[in-house]
Amino acid sequence: MIAAQGVWKFFGDFAALREVSLEIAAGSTLALLGRNGAGKTTLLRMLAALSSPSRGTITADGASLREPAQRRRIGLIGHGISIYDDLTAAENLEFFASLYGITAPGERIDRWLETTDLLRVRNGLARQFSRGMRQRLAIARAFFHDPDILLLDEPFTALDDRAAALLSGLIRQAHDQGRTLIISTHQLREALQLATDVAVLDRGRLAFSGPNTEELKAAPEDFYRKYTETA
Amino acid sequence: MKSQSDWIWAGVTAVMMVTALYLTFVWVPMERTMGVVQRIFYFHAPPFFVAAIAIVVSLVAGIRFLVTRDFRFDELAVASAELGLVFESMNLATGPFWARPVWGIWWTWDARLTSAFVLWLMFVGYLILRRAVDEPTQRAVLSAVLTVFQAVGAVIVYLANRLWRTQHPQPVIAGGQGSGLHPDMWLTFVFCTAAFMVLYLCLLRHTRRLERMRREIEGLRRTVHSL
Amino acid sequence: MELLRQAWAIARKDLRIERRSKEVVNAAFSFALVVLLLFSFTFDPTGDQVREMSGGLLWLVYSFAGVLVLTRSFAQETQNDCLDALVAAPVPGSAIFLGKALANTVFLLFLELATLPVFTIFYNVRWEAKMAWLLPVLVLGTWGFTVIGTVFSALTVSVRLRELMLPLLVFPITVPALMASVQLTTTLFTGEPIAGDLVWLQFLAGFDLIFTLLGVTLVETILVG
Repeated sequence: MIAAQGVWKFFGDFAALREVSLEIAAGSTLALLGRNGAGKTTLLRMLAALSSPSRGTITADGASLREPAQRRRIGLIGHGISIYDDLTAAENLEFFASLYGITAPGERIDRWLETTDLLRVRNGLARQFSRGMRQRLAIARAFFHDPDILLLDEPFTALDDRAAALLSGLIRQAHDQGRTLIISTHQLREALQLATDVAVLDRGRLAFSGPNTEELKAAPEDFYRKYTETA
Repeated sequence: MKSQSDWIWAGVTAVMMVTALYLTFVWVPMERTMGVVQRIFYFHAPPFFVAAIAIVVSLVAGIRFLVTRDFRFDELAVASAELGLVFESMNLATGPFWARPVWGIWWTWDARLTSAFVLWLMFVGYLILRRAVDEPTQRAVLSAVLTVFQAVGAVIVYLANRLWRTQHPQPVIAGGQGSGLHPDMWLTFVFCTAAFMVLYLCLLRHTRRLERMRREIEGLRRTVHSL
Repeated sequence: MELLRQAWAIARKDLRIERRSKEVVNAAFSFALVVLLLFSFTFDPTGDQVREMSGGLLWLVYSFAGVLVLTRSFAQETQNDCLDALVAAPVPGSAIFLGKALANTVFLLFLELATLPVFTIFYNVRWEAKMAWLLPVLVLGTWGFTVIGTVFSALTVSVRLRELMLPLLVFPITVPALMASVQLTTTLFTGEPIAGDLVWLQFLAGFDLIFTLLGVTLVETILVG
């Protein structure tokens, strides 16, 4: 379980997150909704231990997220693809394997390149890949170390059809395997089809959090408007 | 915003600075070999001491910010660094007026002068870095880390210059002013140092407040933009 | 041990990228040549006093070219937001710092050894007999410069005007390392006995140690805030 307790994030005097408390049970899929600037990325970056809360705590099963053992459990797709242009597809995965302490990663690399249909360009430089291929490599990088918590920040933005199909397949699979997923997105309908839980951020406040229901799935726009347009 | 204590501070500072001027230019006896130019010493060395204290204050405040994340310490750190730059500039600017008639040159690269110049550059670097970071928390964190490196660096720069100088005897005799001072000169010097310290503390109150307002305005602006 | 293994993984990645693209070292080496050219106008390059200045000249070339390498070190991680993946990975900030510092030191040493023969030819300086002494001086001087440069490469990575900011912040702090390296190198070039300068070698080692420890302690704060 991931627990955020009374989390504030200040940028100077400006509070980007205000007292957000949220519990995400293991195996659930949380759709994190909200307008631009509502604090979705700020929250996800803290969950990924890329920044620390100004006040409050975030823990995974009681342990701090900055601990290496916790970070090993986390897979992240952020705004950038986070792959090195001057390394080959295999070398990129190999590098991240060494950071995650995965010994003898050869077989696993091939398996993931197979999954993302990049095996034939295994030794090609990422620089020479098409946009879609780079996106698929980025997906492989995020899933590669078998994380049981996946943090996806607007993952479908700018993806081409094939990469998007690959990603939603992997998300479904991860969900079925009982992994925890936190997905921030604008695409209400798709997100709510998938999610077990929903959280809405509005100007740094947690405006709503609770389980996903059939009513929500039926009329996501109404629900969304209700929680983001309150003054 | 002006409180009664502001006026008291300002009054005490003004009285002390005027007294310092009187002591320096009227009261203290003329130095025999250097003549009138020696009197600049009373307004040359004290600012350096203040600047040295300013970097220590900045360092301690920076570390306390990193530990507590309380922005009051960041305000203190930057306010002190700004004043450090002012006082160190005063120190550097007055030096050549003395050096030219006494040493025959405006500047020499001996241990003290080099270290003082490096210190000045560090203050400048600190303030320029602050202007180049937009996000206030990041700005406070990065500048606090920078201060730690600079403070350690400043000490090592001074040591290195000492070491360098022992191996390269300079054509001029640096320092040595402390030896054989007339008691009146000594008193004047101590008083001027105290006056500059009080000036620093008085200005620090204002620069801190200014920095706090600056940050509040920044925060308000961000809040307005997010609406 | 784990820390060193992780640092090595990061250093190896940087070295591999550079071996492939050769961008940084090529540009920095060419720039070193330009600086060598410019120096020839500032004094009589055939005169006897060149030897007295040689250590200083050489280290200025190294510093100017070195800054180019250091600026790039963390800046290249921001392409594609690689830095996020690096910081999110289960490695401590100190491993990232040490790995990058190691890779940068290798780049700079490579640059220095490549520049040295050219310097010898242009300014008629002899050092071959002193290579056994010159090498530790280069290594210690370069490490001192690099650890500070690497810390500030991280510190300025998301800052405006970072290319200007880095030299402004780095050089005042590295002055002592530069002084020590210049002193030792000049002694070696002029053929004087090194015995009297050993204190500088100790000083340099102490400098390196202090700033390596500071960097290891503070880099996590720089990267995560």
